Amino acid sequence: MNRRQVLLTAPLGVAALGGAAFWTMLRGMQRGTFDPRGVPSPITGQPVPHFDLPAQAPGQGFTSAELAQGKPVLLNFFASWCVPCVQEHPALLALAKSGMPIWAIAYKDPEDKAAQFIQRHGDPYQRIGRDTPGRVAIDFGLSGVPESFLVDGGGVVRWHWPGPLDASVIQDRLQPAWRALG
Amino acid sequence: MIPELGHFALALACALSFAQAILPIYGAWRRDERLIAAAPGLACGQLLALGVSAFCLVWSNVVDDFSVLNVAENSNSLKPLLYKITGSWGNHEGSIILWALILALCGGAVAGFGRNLPGALRARVIGVLGASSAGFLLFSLLTSNPFTRLWPAPIDGRDMNPLLQDPGLAFHPPMLYAGYVGFAVPFAFAIAALLEGRVDASWGRWVRPWTLASWCLLTCGIALGSWWAYYELGWGGFWFWDPVENASLLPWLTGTALLHSAIVVEKREALKIWTVLLAIATFSLSLSGTFLVRSGILNSVHAFANDPARGVFILGLLGVVIGGSLLLFAIRAPALSAGGIFAPVSREGALVLNNVLLCSIAAVVITGTMYPLFSDLILHDKLSVGAPFFNATVIPLAVPVFAAMTIGPVMPWKRAALLPALLRIWWAALIAVMVGLIALTKAPVLPALAFGGAAWMIAGAAADIVERIRLFRLPAGNSMARLRGLPIAAFGAAIAHAGLGVTVAGIAGMSLARQQVVLVHPGEQIQAAGLTWALDSLTDRTGPNYNERVANIRVIRPGEPDLEMHPSRRAFTTQTVTTTEAAIHTTGFADIYAVLGEERDGAAVMRLHYNPMAPWIWLGGLVMAIGGGLSLADRRLRVGAPARKTVPLGVSA
Repeated sequence: MNRRQVLLTAPLGVAALGGAAFWTMLRGMQRGTFDPRGVPSPITGQPVPHFDLPAQAPGQGFTSAELAQGKPVLLNFFASWCVPCVQEHPALLALAKSGMPIWAIAYKDPEDKAAQFIQRHGDPYQRIGRDTPGRVAIDFGLSGVPESFLVDGGGVVRWHWPGPLDASVIQDRLQPAWRALG
Repeated sequence: MIPELGHFALALACALSFAQAILPIYGAWRRDERLIAAAPGLACGQLLALGVSAFCLVWSNVVDDFSVLNVAENSNSLKPLLYKITGSWGNHEGSIILWALILALCGGAVAGFGRNLPGALRARVIGVLGASSAGFLLFSLLTSNPFTRLWPAPIDGRDMNPLLQDPGLAFHPPMLYAGYVGFAVPFAFAIAALLEGRVDASWGRWVRPWTLASWCLLTCGIALGSWWAYYELGWGGFWFWDPVENASLLPWLTGTALLHSAIVVEKREALKIWTVLLAIATFSLSLSGTFLVRSGILNSVHAFANDPARGVFILGLLGVVIGGSLLLFAIRAPALSAGGIFAPVSREGALVLNNVLLCSIAAVVITGTMYPLFSDLILHDKLSVGAPFFNATVIPLAVPVFAAMTIGPVMPWKRAALLPALLRIWWAALIAVMVGLIALTKAPVLPALAFGGAAWMIAGAAADIVERIRLFRLPAGNSMARLRGLPIAAFGAAIAHAGLGVTVAGIAGMSLARQQVVLVHPGEQIQAAGLTWALDSLTDRTGPNYNERVANIRVIRPGEPDLEMHPSRRAFTTQTVTTTEAAIHTTGFADIYAVLGEERDGAAVMRLHYNPMAPWIWLGGLVMAIGGGLSLADRRLRVGAPARKTVPLGVSA
């Protein structure tokens, strides 16, 4: 092949490379090993950071040790000032009704405002801690509220979702992750 | 019954498209006049069958046939009639039908308007179009059938995403798709040329009108989409560098390059191989853009039903179309003869520069869109590429395009000198500098430069016409005679170039936009975004399938009557979704833009904008499309190549 022919074959090569890459991505998506929409949390696969949070009315505060008492828990960060949290709330209520234990951390929220929020929209939470200074959130590597972490019985973060849990996230991602914990 | 008829017509169209793909190309290869002559009939037959199928789909939507899964999932009996009709292509399955229908229309158009094409070339072009149709119709039948039944039928449908219930969006997809799919025709011409092993001036002349028509539609489609985002999403922006937006921008960039390189093929028989490659690339980008979005790979607000299994089919299809055409290119392109030679500084040189720059911009945009995916795949590193990257890379590449597009048209073919060309348009440069300096007194450096650039493009377009008719250098009568003799295409080009200037002015103005989020109590007056606003009251209103909260506000302007505006927030009853309806008042030189947000303790959160020059962004798009349309009306493009006119042989079947 001369130079001209090599040059004219180059577009085919580029297209083939692109095609191969997309093929790998699609296979990964089918197997669940590749998720273009997921945002990883540095804490996934790690034990939850150490904390001891005061109670947020109407709930009871908790410590990181209490998260590791043998039963998996969905840990939800919320705030009364966050609009997507309002959107997410009915989904949390439904999850709680279906028997999933949900613990919450009120993030950077005055105590009375957070209490009002739960009073107005319903209480899906078993325990509620108050993180008014937002320190625990930093240790969790929180990217915003709402954000949810699935913590297994040993206190290790197994799954994480940055953003509101809606029907499709719950069905396609949270439920499989929850079932995987047994 | 009607859905079954539609399903049958779809299957029939698929079968006909296979015949359209195989028979004419085989006939052209074996020089079988009967098969060659069958091409137009097959193309029209496929168009007819698909037309019936599409009509059945629209019908099922209009009569609320919820036994059709697609209708049940995307429609609702309360939906206004217009959106029942447009809703038939507002979802994945329906949009594939629309896509295939437009492709079939292209085939029909080549059959109808291409009578003066040599028979074999026309047969090959129609055959290639048929092959693409076959792939997409198969995709529709096998993975995305819009006529799938649902039993028992639900009492009412789930309704369409309220964001899509908007007149702007009703016409955005057909326009955009017509642009995307229209590039199938230059693509088919390129493949036909590779099969024939010949590209010449007349080929360039045939390709150009098709490219021009698709380019106009794509320009309108993109402008319409951007305008919709501006007023419906209520974010106050017009371009977000979202993957789907980029997917429409890419074929536009390479299509613009193709439009210009086809001129060189037509006039000078140079750049042939490059033009063929551009034609393939443009259609490939159109295909990849529209279809990769549906595979769920690209992360975007324009989410269609994502399904990796569907994605595999799409990828296979893209592999056949793109891979096959590039393989053919690699094998056959070396045999194409090289064309005329030219000096670097010449009209051709300027057009090559245009091509290089436009393709560089396209490459940068591809890189920015794909980099997050590839970095995730290879480096396992999640990141996102946002507007700052695109602004920092696209603007430096766009500036030389703007500079050269004014100088190029006044340069002669073959060989030119830069200085005389510049001297001919000195006054355009003067206007640009003056506008830039005036803008500098009111705006920061970058927008001022952009305003100067916009003036340069608009004045330069005028200078091109003035130069062609030798205004003020010949007696006025002679100039007028030259003006009348000027081809319409010359005006078209000047208008399209000026249109880009108008858009650039709009974008520069938008960069000076002011916005403010405020909390206002009813009866209160506030200062925001440089204006005085008064919130009179908050009221409730009921629409056909939504409830609406309306803010009645006034903008108080000294010396002018108060301006009443009514931004609202709509809660759709069937889907628990709210949309914001921004209130926009435009003066032609600026938009006053108000969005109603949440309410808190009796007060409303409002986002108030003052967007100078904003309407010019879309006006420029319209002007560009009008320029392109004018060029299309040029007599030269309607007459085929005079030298190669062939009389079709009479064929008896």
